[in-house]
Amino acid sequence: MYQNDQGTAPTVQQLTFSLAGEEYGVDILSVREIRGWSRVTRIPQTPAYLLGVLNLRGAIVPIMDLRLRFGLEREVYGDSTVVIIVALAERLFGIVVDAVSDVVDIDPAAIKPVPDMGVIVDTRYLKGLATHVERMVMLLDIENLMRPEDVETLDAALSHVQEVEVAA
Amino acid sequence: MSTVDLSQFHKTFFEESLEGLDAMEAALLALDSGQTEPELVHTIFRAAHSIKGGAATFGFADVAAFTHVAESLLEEVRSERRGVDEKLIDLLLHAVDCLRAMLARSRRGQPVADADSEALRAELVRLVGGEAAPPAPAAAPNAASVAGWDIRFTALPHLLQSGNDPLRLFRELQQLGRLEVLRAVVVDAAPAQLAELDPSQCFLGWELRLHGAVARADIDAVFDWLDGDCELAIEPVADVTPAALVAAPPLPVAPLVAAPAPKVDPGPRRIRASAAASADGGSIRVSVDKVDALINMMGELVITQSMLSDIGEHFDQSQLERLREGLVQLERNTRELQESVMRIRMLPIASVFNRFPRLVRDLEHKLGKQVRLELHGEHTELDKTVLEKIGDPLVHLVRNAIDHGLETPTQRRAAGKPETGTLRLEAYHEGGNIVVQISDDGAGLNHAAITAKAVQCGLIRPEQELDDAEVAALIFQPGFSTAAQATDLSGRGVGMDVVRRNVRDLGGSIGVRSQSGKGSVFTIALPLTLAIIDGLVTAVGEERYIVPLISIVESLRLRPDMVRKIAGGGEVFHFRDAYLPIMRLHRAFGCAGAVTDIERGIVVVLEEEGRRVGLLVDDLLGQQQAVVKSLEAHYQRVEGISGATILSDGAVALIVDVGGVVRLGQQRSEAA
Repeated sequence: MYQNDQGTAPTVQQLTFSLAGEEYGVDILSVREIRGWSRVTRIPQTPAYLLGVLNLRGAIVPIMDLRLRFGLEREVYGDSTVVIIVALAERLFGIVVDAVSDVVDIDPAAIKPVPDMGVIVDTRYLKGLATHVERMVMLLDIENLMRPEDVETLDAALSHVQEVEVAA
Repeated sequence: MSTVDLSQFHKTFFEESLEGLDAMEAALLALDSGQTEPELVHTIFRAAHSIKGGAATFGFADVAAFTHVAESLLEEVRSERRGVDEKLIDLLLHAVDCLRAMLARSRRGQPVADADSEALRAELVRLVGGEAAPPAPAAAPNAASVAGWDIRFTALPHLLQSGNDPLRLFRELQQLGRLEVLRAVVVDAAPAQLAELDPSQCFLGWELRLHGAVARADIDAVFDWLDGDCELAIEPVADVTPAALVAAPPLPVAPLVAAPAPKVDPGPRRIRASAAASADGGSIRVSVDKVDALINMMGELVITQSMLSDIGEHFDQSQLERLREGLVQLERNTRELQESVMRIRMLPIASVFNRFPRLVRDLEHKLGKQVRLELHGEHTELDKTVLEKIGDPLVHLVRNAIDHGLETPTQRRAAGKPETGTLRLEAYHEGGNIVVQISDDGAGLNHAAITAKAVQCGLIRPEQELDDAEVAALIFQPGFSTAAQATDLSGRGVGMDVVRRNVRDLGGSIGVRSQSGKGSVFTIALPLTLAIIDGLVTAVGEERYIVPLISIVESLRLRPDMVRKIAGGGEVFHFRDAYLPIMRLHRAFGCAGAVTDIERGIVVVLEEEGRRVGLLVDDLLGQQQAVVKSLEAHYQRVEGISGATILSDGAVALIVDVGGVVRLGQQRSEAA
């Protein structure tokens, strides 16, 4: 659940991107770079949404497909498919999204808690909802996205789909 | 004086003090082995003194107080008022241990003194009191007979630059007794004009009187650091009366009377040189040579780079040859630079070897054996990480060699061997590896006991006849012996599987040769570094995996008739008189599009923990040095993968963890 700081409320900048027709936002301060899709090296014994690792100037960085992470259908990667590299503490990871849209200012006071949206999107990975120019932006909680215990539980749950090959 | 935050120097103080203690320990052990050079005593004294000085400066009062007493005792030894015997060395070694513990506690910010240190301090104080000391030579003025000391102390101009502060000296003197400044003088050499005065130089001298029955040694100790930085005269005052005060000679400002004090040893000031770089902390002390080499190499690389960019700017076919030359040069520069950079992480194995003289001495006493320790090749350099991790296995082997290998003097005499056993540690380069050998001339492995134990553990059948090599291999079996079993087993094998695992984790291997009655030799081969491995690039489907060369026995293509299917779905093949299980890498890692026909792929025979398996891959792409990168830096550990590397085309290839893959294969086959 997102808790905003009452009183001191400078706007927070969010990088917004589209995924399956929805608009998502990620805190711009955690974004390290945006790059086009390139082939990754698959890692065995990992859940399907973890596409593999790539060489980011000598660092071995894991890349996940956000559609698969959210249990959505996988898209064929195209020209607009991008990888957003985000940093969490010292760790880097990349998320594959349909397209990057914009950088928007959002007033923290205007961020609403996430209602239970049922099975469409796992709300664990959202910090809150914000409205920007009449559009709803779902703010990602990247800390939860890359949490190892999630990886483990999902690993167990997804072990039967491991045969689904990632056609890179 | 401005106030400086001293805590920034604490780390250095701890490092230097620990090095000082190492030097003290080494010198004490040398004394113990019968060497009598006075330099050894001086080394011990200087180390104690620097620790005391540092501790006092940085506010570790308990450490300073403790060292002070030890130092007083050492001063008696240094001035030959006390003989060196084994009891004294034991006591001082104990003091070294105690100081190490105290430093460790101060570092963690815990209370420094404990029961042990207090008891030891009391013991030292009692000893300094003189009960055991032979009568002092007549020449040494007895503290009891003097009422005070006249100290004429003239700083040489560079005193302040050497980091000394007269004020601190006075404070130290004040702790000994009441200090009276008779007069302060300006040295002749001082510039006449104030404008010419260099504030970093000192042109002052003092006449001081220290009241009270203070030991001469204590005063010397205060000035010990100033050797060469001042002129000093210390004379006893028999009777402090106004008359004597008047009679005090006027201070000659020019060169002072040579001090009757025992001349402070002019030998090397910095004990550090003898102490190998400490393995502690995240810093490495790098010799200037290595840095210079690096800078040279860098310079060459820059030249090559500018040459290449010059070619690139106006390129035409005629310059193809120059371009090729440039690339060859670039390759050479890169390789040399790589070697130089790796060399920075290399430290001499002496830092590990240095702990053994003490360990051996302690074990000798405890087990009633006589051991001569020989160290060879201490300057052989190893990667810092390897060095840090090889210490424990070596300690284990040395302890085993003395405990189980070498016999007691009586047994040795009966066997017609010299009473003193020899334990030899040697490090040397061999191929791309560092080899460390631990050899003893003891009884060798106890064939009968080991075989009996192995039968009891169910590792072999009672009727099996084993040769020396097979017996030796048994001691590395996991669970072959535990602490409880080790006592009734006079052979070796206390946790040898752990030793082997540690060595394997470092990418090394361990072997043993033993001859009954003659002794045994343990040989550890270690890679030069952990950062780069030699690997075989293999293809599996669309992926490429690196298999560490060190684990590979052989690669071969199997003919259909060599493969047997066994019950439960497993596959085995015949290899050198044994049937080895086949591990399909594509199955273990779930790779798409891989070769599934065993006959069409290639089987790489791997050895891990004494077990062999055949790993099925599509093809071998070639051999390559792989710079190991951790997956954990940004992700997490993955079973079956030990790391990743970047191939020449920029793609990432995973490095196979052979042990993990073997385990994975077993799980899969059990699940199937």
